[in-house]
Amino acid sequence: MVNEKPANCELVWREISNYLEGEVDAGLRTAMDEHFRTCARCRSVLEGTRNVMQLYGDERMIEAPSGYGRRLERRLAQNLRGPSRSWSAWSAWLVPLAALLLITGGVRIASSRTVAHPLLSEHAQPAHGIPSDLVVVVSADAKEFHVRGCEFIHNKEKERTLTAKEAVEQGYVPCVRCMRKYLQTASAGHTALELEAASQLDIEDVGLGGGE
Amino acid sequence: MAEANVVLNNAMEGTSREQELIARVQGGENEFFYELVRPYERRVYAAALAILRHEADAEEVAQEAVLKALRGIRQFRAEARFSTWLIQITVNEALMRRRRERSGMMEGIDDQRDEDGQYTRRDFADWREIPSEALERKEVRQKLARALASLDRKYREVFVLRDMEQLNIQETAEALGISVASVKTRLLRARLMLRDLLAGGWEQGWFSRLPFEKGTKPW
Repeated sequence: MVNEKPANCELVWREISNYLEGEVDAGLRTAMDEHFRTCARCRSVLEGTRNVMQLYGDERMIEAPSGYGRRLERRLAQNLRGPSRSWSAWSAWLVPLAALLLITGGVRIASSRTVAHPLLSEHAQPAHGIPSDLVVVVSADAKEFHVRGCEFIHNKEKERTLTAKEAVEQGYVPCVRCMRKYLQTASAGHTALELEAASQLDIEDVGLGGGE
Repeated sequence: MAEANVVLNNAMEGTSREQELIARVQGGENEFFYELVRPYERRVYAAALAILRHEADAEEVAQEAVLKALRGIRQFRAEARFSTWLIQITVNEALMRRRRERSGMMEGIDDQRDEDGQYTRRDFADWREIPSEALERKEVRQKLARALASLDRKYREVFVLRDMEQLNIQETAEALGISVASVKTRLLRARLMLRDLLAGGWEQGWFSRLPFEKGTKPW
């Protein structure tokens, strides 16, 4: 049998969070403790709220995507290699150097990979700008790779998961819808270092500036 | 007792190591920075995700926040917790990103309003304890994450910063640029909404009910 104490129950519900934070004064705490002893419903709310706080406060609830830590470490390492250089002083000759690297890198990629796995679409946009570790899906008989859940995946029953880098190496091309932000950023123009990175097909973190 | 001492000693060693790493990075040994942030890297991501709700954006902002922290490490003062400082930088970066990209959207306008604090009584279902061991199951973690994701962002953000990132009320208010009173109000509702979403027990088919929608809140 649940006690009916509407006024007290309302007050208890309003203060229950502060109660659990230890932010109610001694008088209110005593009154609430007394109420919890006699009101099964409020006790249930208290137990549930406390349980919710415990569960979500657990370290195991903090999850990050696969490879996130590695990508972060690599980004930091890239950044740490840079500080000794003055960008403004170096950029004048880095741009043509990067362009050269891109061209030679492109040739190397073309000779070593594209021949083995030609692009599945003639109208493909290059996959520059897409993090190489990004988890993507492809499906049988399709040409594009997508982020999981993209509405434009055909033949979802035959989906398989791989990294963006693997998809590119196998000739898949990025979906222009779900990968739009990367493609727009890539086509908007790279800095010299981005071009260099892209040329090596290790395109981690390149051109991630776009929005949805 | 012995176990408690071991835990305490480990925590003290961890803190001491963290202080050492901070000092070294502040002294210019930037190569130690990743070791310094690694224990909190997932928290950084979770904070960004709570605000942006988009995994790729959250990861990008997390990286930017860490780089920003590196650039600003000399401004870090020992009286603050390093993790809190790092999370606050992340929240700031994420909020700036959202303002830049999503200004003018309806959610942003609606979410600025706090509700008036009126409660409608409702019969809550009995609560069946969900043991923390259940978190070993990915399915359980996913269900909890889905419940959290279903909250309006004003509730979700406060809840994540306070109950998951362990910022205190004041720090949460400062990070989000809202009042302490708003934090408390939103926190209360976030906790009760989650409690209500999860009520019924984890063995009885969670989330058969729809998440809260306009007009269906219990208060």
